[in-house]
Amino acid sequence: MYAALRNRFFTWLFRWRGPESGVIVLGQRRVFILPTRQGLVFALILLVMLAGSINYSLGLGFVLTFLLGAASVNAMIYTFRNLANLRITGGRTRPVFAGDTAFFALHIENRSDTDRYAIGLTHDRRQASFVDVMARSGTSATAGVHAPRRGILRPGRLILFTRFPLGFYYAWAYVDLDLQCIVYPRPAATGLPMPPAAPSAGAGAERGQGQEDFSGMRPYHRGDSPRHVAWKVAARDQGLHTKQFTGRAETELWLDWALLPSQMGAEERLSLLARWVLDAHAAGLTYGLRLPNTTLEMAAGEAQRDRCLEALALHNTDRRFDDAPRPGSSRQRS
Amino acid sequence: MTDPKQLLSWRHVRWLLLSLALVAAPHATHMPWWTIGLVVMLIAWRAYVGYARLVLPSRWLLLLIAFIATVGVFLAYRTIFGRDAGVTLLVIMLGLKLLETRTLRDAMLLSFLGYFLVITNFLYSQAIGTGLYMLACTVAITATMVNLNYADAEPPFRVQLRTACVLLAQSVPLMLVLFLLFPRVSGPLWGLPRDAFSGVSGLSDTMTPGSITSLVLSDAVAFRVRFESEMPRAKDLYWRGPLMWDFDGRTWSAQSFVYTAPRIAAQGDLVKYEVTLEPHNRRWMFALDLPAVAPPQSIVSTDYQLYSIRPVNNRLRYDMASFLNARFGAVESRFALNRALRIPSRSNPRAQELGRALRQKHADDEGIIGEMLGMFRRNFVYTLEPPPLGEHPVDEFLFSTRSGFCEHYASAFAVVMRAAGIPTRIVTGYQGGEVNALGHYLIVRQADAHAWTEVWLDGRGWVRVDPTFAVAPVRVDTGISAAVPRTDPLPLMVRTPLAILRQVRLTWDYMANVWNQWVLGYTPERQRSLLANAGLDNATWEKLTAMLFILAGIVVAMFTVLALRQLKTRVRDPVKVAYLKFCDKLRRQGLPRDPAEGPVDYARRVERQRPELAPAVEPITRLYVALRYGAESSAAALVELQRRVRHFAA
Repeated sequence: MYAALRNRFFTWLFRWRGPESGVIVLGQRRVFILPTRQGLVFALILLVMLAGSINYSLGLGFVLTFLLGAASVNAMIYTFRNLANLRITGGRTRPVFAGDTAFFALHIENRSDTDRYAIGLTHDRRQASFVDVMARSGTSATAGVHAPRRGILRPGRLILFTRFPLGFYYAWAYVDLDLQCIVYPRPAATGLPMPPAAPSAGAGAERGQGQEDFSGMRPYHRGDSPRHVAWKVAARDQGLHTKQFTGRAETELWLDWALLPSQMGAEERLSLLARWVLDAHAAGLTYGLRLPNTTLEMAAGEAQRDRCLEALALHNTDRRFDDAPRPGSSRQRS
Repeated sequence: MTDPKQLLSWRHVRWLLLSLALVAAPHATHMPWWTIGLVVMLIAWRAYVGYARLVLPSRWLLLLIAFIATVGVFLAYRTIFGRDAGVTLLVIMLGLKLLETRTLRDAMLLSFLGYFLVITNFLYSQAIGTGLYMLACTVAITATMVNLNYADAEPPFRVQLRTACVLLAQSVPLMLVLFLLFPRVSGPLWGLPRDAFSGVSGLSDTMTPGSITSLVLSDAVAFRVRFESEMPRAKDLYWRGPLMWDFDGRTWSAQSFVYTAPRIAAQGDLVKYEVTLEPHNRRWMFALDLPAVAPPQSIVSTDYQLYSIRPVNNRLRYDMASFLNARFGAVESRFALNRALRIPSRSNPRAQELGRALRQKHADDEGIIGEMLGMFRRNFVYTLEPPPLGEHPVDEFLFSTRSGFCEHYASAFAVVMRAAGIPTRIVTGYQGGEVNALGHYLIVRQADAHAWTEVWLDGRGWVRVDPTFAVAPVRVDTGISAAVPRTDPLPLMVRTPLAILRQVRLTWDYMANVWNQWVLGYTPERQRSLLANAGLDNATWEKLTAMLFILAGIVVAMFTVLALRQLKTRVRDPVKVAYLKFCDKLRRQGLPRDPAEGPVDYARRVERQRPELAPAVEPITRLYVALRYGAESSAAALVELQRRVRHFAA
């Protein structure tokens, strides 16, 4: 109840309006400012200095006290000005795996003639990154946001803030750009071995996982041929590993949701499939991905890897990555 | 500041140490030597810890040091309160606080204390030089705060210093409004420590051989005087201070002698002037012989001494009027006359013998006085370095050493006169002064300190007799530097042979006087009179506060407008400027350009709606597109565009 009221009040007070696209200009009605605790302490010290000046009739004491008093009033305008009229646009965000931190980049442009110093960008008010934006130039700031689950991550309201120059005031602005980041499922650490590759149509009987070219190692699983165990590694007390080899022949490796044991949960399957995609890519294989609603055709390379991971990330989520901004959220201001 | 709890790095510590050391440095002149050593050690320790990234000492060790230092300060001053002890403790505690300063928040607090330390310096000196130095310190502390509030990297030194300077400079207008209009009240609000005003020089309430001589070695200003009319002649400039009635054979003293309200029956030529008296922590005020009025908060005693109600602890300015060559005290009480005749019977026997002999030789008092002065004139030497005197100082001075300074002459003269039965008292004060033509005022220094006598003559009252004048008339006519032998030590400021140096000195004193009058001496009274001059009579504090808020509001609003105006995005590209002007002309014709409309589309729409404009619109658009998007960037094309836009009439 209280939280809801508070939220409504803040929505009204700070003009929260949902994600926006395009450019956000930090006009004067978007920048808020409050004194900091240090500022209040300083006000107290100024009062003590004033009382001392009166008590000892210190002419210069009055001069100093009033000069500092005037400076702390002007500092408010300085702090406000340090943030006002910046133009903020969203930048690209690299996909991350679930559990990692997504870094959302904002491009901050300063078209005015005043340099802006120590502009902070934060998501959780705990960790912040700082940039200087010189007059008539621009720079990028990034906000780290923890990505707990696969899917689309929206950072929500980011906060741009500054305490420059004296730290007596905290000026801030909410930046709610329509930013998103794809969060891939966290790849399973170890799991089932990859399914055997079927010979591609018309390419003979050679296996995808052949015995000609050494391609890497994976932990030993029961049933692996003793001829492929890396005994030298085992002799170094690093556990049993199986050497993997790639056949030169064209093979078809289908990473198939349906092939996984039925007792596995959906997230577990996605996690394992993500591991397989990474392994298959690392091994330079050609592979395809079959999910209940989607099938990605055979291909290889980074694009295929990214396509597959994205499909895994968005599996059974109601949105696609590049969907259009929701209605009412595209209020562009300038 | 990134986060108030963030740990300090070396770049922060460096600035903090530097600015605090700058502020604390002047206190070294009056702190005990071991505390200076301690503070220097603490600062060096913190610098080493910060530089080498070591761990700060434990809190218990710091507490121990704090305890020992407090005990030490107590032993040195016998108190831990009071000005000197308090400031010493503050500086030591600041040094200790440095050693437990880990975070940005601590560092901010230390910077605030740095500002506070600036103000404690003003307890000792508020001269122009101190003011300038402390201004530099304030800039340094402010720059430190900018450093603390800068993000992760080291801010460029230039940015840091410029931000601090610009911020402070832009605060000056608001500071002036606050300074002039903030309702002033007279201090103190609470009790002042006893040593708050120690170390000021001035006349004392006793006079022994040598006491004025020591004063004469100081070129400190005693007071400054601005005359409303023409300045009296030098020989009339006797600034009357404490009177000495009682003599114990060696020392004259001025026991409080304020018994009734003054009977100001004096008359003479009235002269009006304004005195600005430097604080001397005593009650007496100075006026020309003879005070005619009592300024507010002061009284005139029966012997025409001017007293302030309270000790003069701040620079005091008062309007004064005096009678020159006044006649006063013709009717004097028996009690006072008896007091002015008393001398200890066993002291200075030869001087008393001389007095009695003079009385027998002359029938009238004037004859006695004349013979005594004649004696001084013939055989005596005026010098700042008289030989030391023993048990009967007046006897030794009169009959063996025969050289002395004004207090020797006044004292000897008074003793002989009293022995001869003429009531005599000693007057101490100042004589003369230096004219500063730059500001048309008179500077009276401690070096002008003087002692003379007043004798009571039947029918005439108290008459001023200056025995020094008999010995060294130049002392009164020209000043001290001409009167004493060249080999005697005198402060540089008093004896200056070089004209240019003298000019520099007077200019400097003029500036100091303006500073005193307007910065340091801006009292409630001055505030009231300034506002009265500005047309605001008897300003109450309510009126003042209202005015303060209105004016401060105006100043802040003006600053805000000026500061935020820089935020406006300005178009600098002349091509764009010309095209925007063209668009503006069309907009006024009801053909505004849609934000999403390109220049070519816009031109096409305009030509469709107003075909008659096509011949003008088409070339402008073509030139603009070519200049802005094409490879062409010729100056001629730009001039052509500007010309066409200028002549374009929709």
